[in-house]
Amino acid sequence: MKRSRSMEFGVGLFILVGILGLVFLGLRVSGLTFSGASNTYQLEANFSNIGGLKPRARVSMAGVTVGRVESIELDTEWYDARVTLSLTNELEGQISRDATAAILTSGLLGEQYVGLSMGGDPETLEEGDTIRDTQSALVLEELIQQFISNMATN
Amino acid sequence: MSMKGGQVAMRITRLGRRSCDLVESLGRAGVFLAQSAVGIPSAEGFRLWVRQLHFVGVLSLAIVLVSGLFIGMVLALQGYTILVDFGAEDALGQMVALSLLRELAPVVAALLFAGRAGSALTAEIGLMKATEQLTSMEMIGVDPLRRVVAPRFWAGVVALPILTVGFSVVGIWGGYLVGVEWLGVFEGSYWSNMQASVAFINDIGNGMVKSIVFAVVVTWIAVFQGYDLLPTSEGISRATTRTVVYSSLAVLGLDFVLTAVMFGGL
Repeated sequence: MKRSRSMEFGVGLFILVGILGLVFLGLRVSGLTFSGASNTYQLEANFSNIGGLKPRARVSMAGVTVGRVESIELDTEWYDARVTLSLTNELEGQISRDATAAILTSGLLGEQYVGLSMGGDPETLEEGDTIRDTQSALVLEELIQQFISNMATN
Repeated sequence: MSMKGGQVAMRITRLGRRSCDLVESLGRAGVFLAQSAVGIPSAEGFRLWVRQLHFVGVLSLAIVLVSGLFIGMVLALQGYTILVDFGAEDALGQMVALSLLRELAPVVAALLFAGRAGSALTAEIGLMKATEQLTSMEMIGVDPLRRVVAPRFWAGVVALPILTVGFSVVGIWGGYLVGVEWLGVFEGSYWSNMQASVAFINDIGNGMVKSIVFAVVVTWIAVFQGYDLLPTSEGISRATTRTVVYSSLAVLGLDFVLTAVMFGGL
């Protein structure tokens, strides 16, 4: 009886360890937070070329991460990319209407992210609004092409 | 001439019989799984299940955790020497975590599980069959599938995913020990790169799906080989070997298929 008791305790502990491990993986390794969707709000931005930007990429302002790229889809009206950004609630009603969104690259080979910079307009962007002033990703091939055509015209 | 024709015909017959045997044993395994896995749980069954979970889960914990630690450490060491050439050693955490969660933890834990627990299950059930314990159970009106096989099957299905989680956690910690404590990768970038790149559903969730599939397959093979073997000492040894060989092949093959479906963008 005593042996069976300690065995059951061991099995319970084993299952508990499994659950705790999964919680650790969720919180520490994948950076899941319980705060969830209620603490973010969404803005949209259209880019003529997003380069290698992917969903879940970082959105940063002055180098500080303030949100993530929620989704990327093709805007069939203008044939450019519509990027939905979800930003922390602290910034709601703070970003001015003429703010700029640019697709930047961290380091030489790093991943691409969206950099926001503030404008001066006193009016601000609300949930679901679109950032007008955007700057596309630098595509190396286009740069080289420009360089070559400049050389040719000179 | 006619002699030769007869030989050829015999070979073809044998080939046909072998194929029929194979299909038949596959069918037997399927019926066996359905009969033993499906059933109304009872208090007695729960107690048997706990006992088996102790054997296949708790007692496998040590080997799985130690292997996980070493694999995490070696991943960090190997990854560091390559990444540092590109000045990208900050991505070490991401590399260790993704390769463990997506690939190494489910596969290596399943292989260890097949060797540590699967072979033991086959030998145990096989010996029960050889000593006619299963037949005597039937004679006193106890269904051996429900009494012997079902608790072992379900214990395996529950144990392996938990072991896989433990493997990942310990492996990531091992990578931290080598990468951060020993080789001097910045601690903040180890964790933050990991958090930026690991998605809960896509990486951890898919890894768990893999390990559940592996758990079903490995335990199924183990209990079926034990139940279906020739009840001799040679039969038991053959069946134990077959358990390890078949489950390893099944795990590696299925891993490719699952990876192609989950991460191959098909």
